[in-house]
Amino acid sequence: MNPFNFTQAGDVDAALKQLAAGARPIAGGTNLIDLMKEGVMRPGELVDINGLELDRIEDGPGKGMRLGALARNADTAYHETVRRRYPLLSSAILAGASPQLRNMATNGGNLLQRTRCYYFYDVGTPCNKREPGTGCPAKEGLNRQLAILGTSEQCIATHPSDMCVALRALDAVVHVQSSKGERDIPFADFHRLPGDRPDLDSTLEPGELITHIDLPDADRFMAHSAYIKVRDRLSYAFALVSVAAALDLDGKTIRAARIALGGVAHKPWRVEEAEAALEGKQADEAAFGAAADILLRGARGYGQNDFKLTLARNAIVQALTTAARGTEYAKGEQR
Amino acid sequence: MEQLQQHPIRLRINGQDREFTVQPWVTLLDLLRERAELTGTKKGCDQGQCGACTVLLDGKRVNSCLTLAVMHDGREVTTVEGLANGEELHELQQAFIDCDAFQCGYCTPGQLCSAAGLIAEGEAKSIDDVRELMSGNVCRCGAYPQITEAVVRVMGLDGSKRAGEGEKPFTTGAVLA
Repeated sequence: MNPFNFTQAGDVDAALKQLAAGARPIAGGTNLIDLMKEGVMRPGELVDINGLELDRIEDGPGKGMRLGALARNADTAYHETVRRRYPLLSSAILAGASPQLRNMATNGGNLLQRTRCYYFYDVGTPCNKREPGTGCPAKEGLNRQLAILGTSEQCIATHPSDMCVALRALDAVVHVQSSKGERDIPFADFHRLPGDRPDLDSTLEPGELITHIDLPDADRFMAHSAYIKVRDRLSYAFALVSVAAALDLDGKTIRAARIALGGVAHKPWRVEEAEAALEGKQADEAAFGAAADILLRGARGYGQNDFKLTLARNAIVQALTTAARGTEYAKGEQR
Repeated sequence: MEQLQQHPIRLRINGQDREFTVQPWVTLLDLLRERAELTGTKKGCDQGQCGACTVLLDGKRVNSCLTLAVMHDGREVTTVEGLANGEELHELQQAFIDCDAFQCGYCTPGQLCSAAGLIAEGEAKSIDDVRELMSGNVCRCGAYPQITEAVVRVMGLDGSKRAGEGEKPFTTGAVLA
């Protein structure tokens, strides 16, 4: 690890001052320290924000919930109300990382974790995300894990988070603060597609700090949701494809649906048109398949990851089928 | 960069108050092994992938390789050396011996601390839960069945009871199986 200066902020204002001066925040550190050891990130100044008291999980506006940016992933997933009212989020968090990492990692940090693309991590290779303009060997290289949707000539990296896939499906809102003020970022706009700036993962501006994440009321999806994660081993691996699916059912008829995908793009992938297509339909394989086809419109493989096109379609149908059977059933199936 | 930047910290390690001055880039793992001379905690991958460095921080299991010592001033750390009560082994240690839950032993300190954390969390209700919630600890000798048996035995769980029985067939975690 490169040497760096280290300070600890006692409150939000102190932290924002440090960020404005160019310091990088450290909370759980589970991704940042790894990246620093690899030389992928080399901050000259770290500010420890763990003392900021942003770790509450509480009722939020509009009968929703508010998740503190510094609440740990494990505490969020196991929170009694989160479990009951947002089982999709709970399941998604528990599908990610390991218990040790979930005890350390924070909600804010989860949003800001970097891609696990091999080339991004290997400083001996070119990578447009790590060093803009150097090229992307992944397109014709080791791309089994990488994106099939929303890619660009410059980058085919995926966002690695499970939690974010559920947050996207649940229409979460990210609240951020800087020395200039505060703003809310709808989850759809928080992460971005690579385009010609793959070095930018999100729309967070320099100097901005995530303070909390608001979840709108989603009680109508409580009874029929499922997070399905397909990976190379049974546990503790990044998704090849993951699906957050939630249904609001009237008998067998779909009143509303939410579907978001992980492991397939630079951001959690959602196509509202696919959800609209399900409204009023019977919850069956034909309807789910049609929705999957809309979600995967424009998808393309890069060789090693061609299988994801079929896998993603099957996973979407499976997740919706599982959600339709009920959240309790889905929880059992995830084990 | 100030190469000599030093931060005083105090940690309660295995019940003992210890003071150190550390450079900010020293991980908790390196502090435990090289400064506190507690080499029971192992450095496997140093990337949070193997779990050999697992310790309990204020009672919660964490990967000590992925956190900076300087971030934990005033906190309590339990390493594998702190599990036994004098000559009396922790019940997990005894169960690991009874169940033959290791071969080379390199991952064992992390497995033990992880299992202690798992039991304290109270979320595991079945043998499959134990398996899933021990997945942050890799054992390259492949002693997983014995490790799971040892943990299940200490928890007093019925080892024959598996999640998913009843309404549908048990699947080994692959959600599409």
